[in-house]
Amino acid sequence: MNRFVLPLGIFAALALVLAVGIRHSADKGMIPSPLIGKPAPQFTAPVLTDSARTFRSSDLKGRWYVFNVWGTWCVECREEHSALLQIHARSGIPLIGLDWRDRDPQALQWLSELGNPYEVVAVDREGRTAIDWGVYGAPETFLVNPQGIVVYKYIGALTWDAWQTKFVPRLPPEAAGKS
Amino acid sequence: MSHRVGVLAVFCLALASRLACAVDPTELPDPKLQARYLALTHELRCMQCQNESIADSPVDLAGDLRREVREMLLAGKSDQDVRNFMVARYGDFILFRPRFTTRTFWLWATPGVLLLIGAFVAVRVVKQRGALVGQDDEPLEGDARS
Repeated sequence: MNRFVLPLGIFAALALVLAVGIRHSADKGMIPSPLIGKPAPQFTAPVLTDSARTFRSSDLKGRWYVFNVWGTWCVECREEHSALLQIHARSGIPLIGLDWRDRDPQALQWLSELGNPYEVVAVDREGRTAIDWGVYGAPETFLVNPQGIVVYKYIGALTWDAWQTKFVPRLPPEAAGKS
Repeated sequence: MSHRVGVLAVFCLALASRLACAVDPTELPDPKLQARYLALTHELRCMQCQNESIADSPVDLAGDLRREVREMLLAGKSDQDVRNFMVARYGDFILFRPRFTTRTFWLWATPGVLLLIGAFVAVRVVKQRGALVGQDDEPLEGDARS
């Protein structure tokens, strides 16, 4: 009898470890961002809709904002666009876009065809700003607080449901707006 | 003899085609820098494809990250500077060879712990067997010759 105790115990411990591992791997496509809780990367970039203007991320200090990385080559970005329009229409929070490794004419056409939910779209033709934000696949969406700290990162196509469950609870009611 | 030459020729061709097909054509001016560049790009993970290094991956992001490595090395940064730059943005996951931290402790310690458990079990089994051999001095049942 006694000789079964040790192997069974080891088996139970192993099963427990693996069960915990499997439970926590539900988001295994999502690699946690080391940026959470840290200051958002500062950058300046040309503005998509007005090439004479330069966007400065420091101008956003003092406001909650959503930073959304997209590109016209990105299939999932087309999928999430309606959710962005909905967020723009139903909450007051500014959406800042980063047009990643894209061509300006295509990006402008995309916005005129599908609608423009963004307060401003910064252009990152060489992918340098995206690297500073640790972006590895579009779309990726960050939530930044008025102190300039990254509060949350969402990977993949945003939906209204994800907005309600993942973003709104992290926002003060006045920033989440009417929803 | 000619057979051997043929095999060698095919081998060289295969090698040459591999070199020609390399994803990354970068050549840094200094061979030492080039060696460090190759070592670094092979130990950084392509976050998009995940099982390839940025040296082997043809995706745009891997190219962008190779450019960062190249520029940092040319600017005189150390290998550790490059690794820290990448980890600050993408996390430990970007390193194929994870650092030793409190979070990665078990990752590094598990093989050693398993080896110790195995050694402990092996020693116990050998000792028990040895004890059995010592006790077993009775003649076997039905062994008429003893």
